[in-house]
Amino acid sequence: MTVQTLRSGRARNDGPARRRGALRRTLTAALSTGRGRVGLGLMLLIIALAFIGPYLAPNDPTMFVGPPYAPPSHGLPLGTDDLGRDVLSRLLDGGWYLLLVAAAATAAAVAVGAMAGVIAAYRQGRAGGAIMRVTDVFLAFPQIVFVLLLVSVLGASTWLLIVAVAIVQAPQVARVVYGAAQDVCERDFVKAVALWGVPPRTVIRRQVMPSLTTPLAVEGGLRLGFSIILISGLNFLGFGVQPPNPSWGVMVNENLLGIRANMWGVIAPAIVLALLAVGTNMFADSLARAAFGAEQAEDFVAGSALGVGPS
Amino acid sequence: MSIGHAPTTATEQAPPPAGADGPSGRAAHPVRSMLAHRGVSGLFSVIAVAIIVYFATLVLPGDAAQAILGKQATPQRLALLRHQLHLDQPPWEGFLHWAGGALHGDFGTSLVNQQSVTSLVGPRLLNSLALVLLTAVISSVLGVVLGAISALRADKASDHVMSSVALVASALPEFVVGIFVVLILAVEIKAFPAISILPPGETIWQQPNELVLPVLTLVIVTTPYVFRMSRASILEALHSDYAELAQLKGASPARLLFRHALPNSMAPTVQVIGLNLLYLAGGIVLVETVFQYPGVGLALVNAIDARDVPTIQFIVLVLAVFYVLLNILTDLIVLLLTPRRRLPR
Repeated sequence: MTVQTLRSGRARNDGPARRRGALRRTLTAALSTGRGRVGLGLMLLIIALAFIGPYLAPNDPTMFVGPPYAPPSHGLPLGTDDLGRDVLSRLLDGGWYLLLVAAAATAAAVAVGAMAGVIAAYRQGRAGGAIMRVTDVFLAFPQIVFVLLLVSVLGASTWLLIVAVAIVQAPQVARVVYGAAQDVCERDFVKAVALWGVPPRTVIRRQVMPSLTTPLAVEGGLRLGFSIILISGLNFLGFGVQPPNPSWGVMVNENLLGIRANMWGVIAPAIVLALLAVGTNMFADSLARAAFGAEQAEDFVAGSALGVGPS
Repeated sequence: MSIGHAPTTATEQAPPPAGADGPSGRAAHPVRSMLAHRGVSGLFSVIAVAIIVYFATLVLPGDAAQAILGKQATPQRLALLRHQLHLDQPPWEGFLHWAGGALHGDFGTSLVNQQSVTSLVGPRLLNSLALVLLTAVISSVLGVVLGAISALRADKASDHVMSSVALVASALPEFVVGIFVVLILAVEIKAFPAISILPPGETIWQQPNELVLPVLTLVIVTTPYVFRMSRASILEALHSDYAELAQLKGASPARLLFRHALPNSMAPTVQVIGLNLLYLAGGIVLVETVFQYPGVGLALVNAIDARDVPTIQFIVLVLAVFYVLLNILTDLIVLLLTPRRRLPR
């Protein structure tokens, strides 16, 4: 092996340069399946509804426009809610906040988790062990219970909600990244660059991370789905949204008592949430299959979904 | 989960002095060393969890007593509450006081009605346990059976339908599933009560009708994972060399499934069933709220609404301990189901 090949990191054909196209190949492969296309389509549809919806809402989502729980009528196609507000307008205005909070929490979780996982894998030894121990402790709580614990006394501000959801998701990401990075850190091209005297931070950023984009993308997609489910669940329990403001999870809770009078107050937000969750999950699942093959994808998705990392 | 490490660490050890590793002097038995290893790390987790539970609820956000009682609280009531929550002591002493009481089964009294937390939450624990165990049994059996059927018909129409349904069902938020269940079975058909109302002092077994909808909801949410895992692992076993050999020797499809494929697919399936139980520890919070089911999940939500700190601490701790123990138990069963790891080398 010459110095030249060492420096460029292309001594083996599994080096970072070759891996850079892996993410695009995975995406293309995922979108060539029906599952991937339907999933992405559903996701984009609901995202569009959430962000364009507020401009289309016929009424002010917090204004009283009729008697409580009025069934659908000519001017109010989905009827009114528990306080007599327009269900359609609240539906159109109730998604953007959820999506923004979920995206922010997921981004934070992926960033922190990936960093912790890669450092733990690269360092091994005591530092690595300590990081993984910390993730073990966080994984000893059911996610929603941990978030509830954090918001129980402080009350749920937007920032606290983002931080809390990020905290419960990050250990998962750390586990997945740790597992994937362990292999990469053992490769010759990484060891060679490290021997060259390059500082660990640069080795991690330039040599290790590029090989991890695919598992990170898959995990990020799955995490986004769980963030949406978790946050809408918290909204349903009454946390994270200031009362007059609409949110799909809150709407389900508010209108549950009037389900016999105007079921649309409950069904409409439930359907939108269901489509969003199914779309995100299908897309992430198709990514996992494209990246790891059907069998390993099962392990990956099940472990990720149920809150415990792959063993 | 590092069960894979147990045998290697055992064999890599330098020859121990006589008697160090049991009477035979050989390397530790994988099952025993795994239990010891997981037991220690489990204990570590529980202690860490107790610290987090205590400090997250009381110490982090400034004056917890003020936050609980609100701005109009009188100084006397504030002082009383601070004393009750050990807030008049330095944080670590307060924690040791609380943890010491917890070790004796004393988690303090509820701030809502001054009843002891354990007697308040105890019956609800049983109700939730009924919910979780029923769900686990039903979803495990259903998941394995459907998974086997789907694997035997791999790539036929029925397999595709079942897999697609599983994918959709596993993605749905549990409270959304609960809403649809209520809508169809309680509002449209009126077959079951939409919410569970339990007279005080009664256990849920005396009102089995009220278990149906919550259990059904949780079964819909958890079965897909068992189904997917058992389908994948049975399929893998059916495509293996030993299954092919058995087939060539003339084994019937039933024998192939029950004698060869199923036993080998059990380890990953048990792992997922364990994960499902772990998930249920959190999943009951939302589902119990949808149905107003009198379990710990609803108790937790109510306690948070009322800022009833001792009750919150107790429930979170119980759920976390359940989580840790279940994790160890799952790993143990998986180890026992994997012969090549189970035996000492």
